[in-house]
Amino acid sequence: MLLFLFLKIINYWFDFKDYILTFAALKNKIDSKKMELKNYESVIILTPVLAEKQMQEAVASFRQLITEQGGNIIREENWGLTKLAYPITKKSTGFYHIFEFQAPGTIVAKLELAYRRDEQVLRYLTIALDKHAVIYNERRGKGEFNKPKEIKEVAI
Amino acid sequence: MSKVKKSSIQDDSFMFNNSPQQFKKKYCRFKKSGIKYIDFKNADFLMKFVNDQGKLLPRRLTGTSLKYQRKVAEAVKRARHLAILPFIGDQLK
Repeated sequence: MLLFLFLKIINYWFDFKDYILTFAALKNKIDSKKMELKNYESVIILTPVLAEKQMQEAVASFRQLITEQGGNIIREENWGLTKLAYPITKKSTGFYHIFEFQAPGTIVAKLELAYRRDEQVLRYLTIALDKHAVIYNERRGKGEFNKPKEIKEVAI
Repeated sequence: MSKVKKSSIQDDSFMFNNSPQQFKKKYCRFKKSGIKYIDFKNADFLMKFVNDQGKLLPRRLTGTSLKYQRKVAEAVKRARHLAILPFIGDQLK
C-alpha cells in the first residue's frame, strides 16, 4: 500500500514537471516570435512645399529611426516630385519615398507615430510583405520589370 | 458562362449570328503567367482592373480567379489611399 502511494506521488511529480517544461517552451516560442524579423514596406508622401534638401533631411530622419529600432534597410526608392491622382490637403503633387526594411514587429507603431507627428508627411502606408512580395521587390529592385518612372537607387 | 447548353447555342445562332467559335474562354491571367504578388505601386498594371470611372471590374468580366481578385482589390485600395489611383475618375482611359 505504501509503495503504491509512493509510486503515485512520483507519477504526479513527473506530470507536474512536464507541465512546467511545456509551459516554458511555449513562452520561449512566443518570445522568439516577438523578436522575429519581418519584411516591411513603407511608403510616405511628403509635401511638395519642401526643397530637395529638406526632403532628403526628412527622409534621413526616418531612415535613422528605422535603424535605431533594430531594423536594417534593404531597399529605398525615391520617385521625386510626382503628380497625385487626387488633391490631398489642397496639394496636387508630392514626394514619394519608399522604404523596404527588415525589422521586429514593434517598429511599426513607433514609425507610424513619427509619421503622424511630422507635418511634412501627407500620407503613409506600412505593409508587411509575404514571401512572394519579397521576391517581387528583389526583382523590381534589379530592374527586371519595365519601370514607368525613373527610380533613383539610394546606396547605403 | 462556359457551361452553355448546346441547344441554347443552336437557338442563339439561329436567332443571332453567334457561332460557338466566337466565344473565347476567359482565363485567370495570374494563374496563367505565374504572377504571385500584385504590386500596388504599379498604376499602369492596376488600370487594367478598373473601369473608366475608377471602379473595380468584376471577376466575370476580367476572368480573374477568386484568389487573385481579392489581391487585386487589396492592391487597388492601397493604391487609392496613396493617390496612385483615383477614388473616382472621369474618362480615365
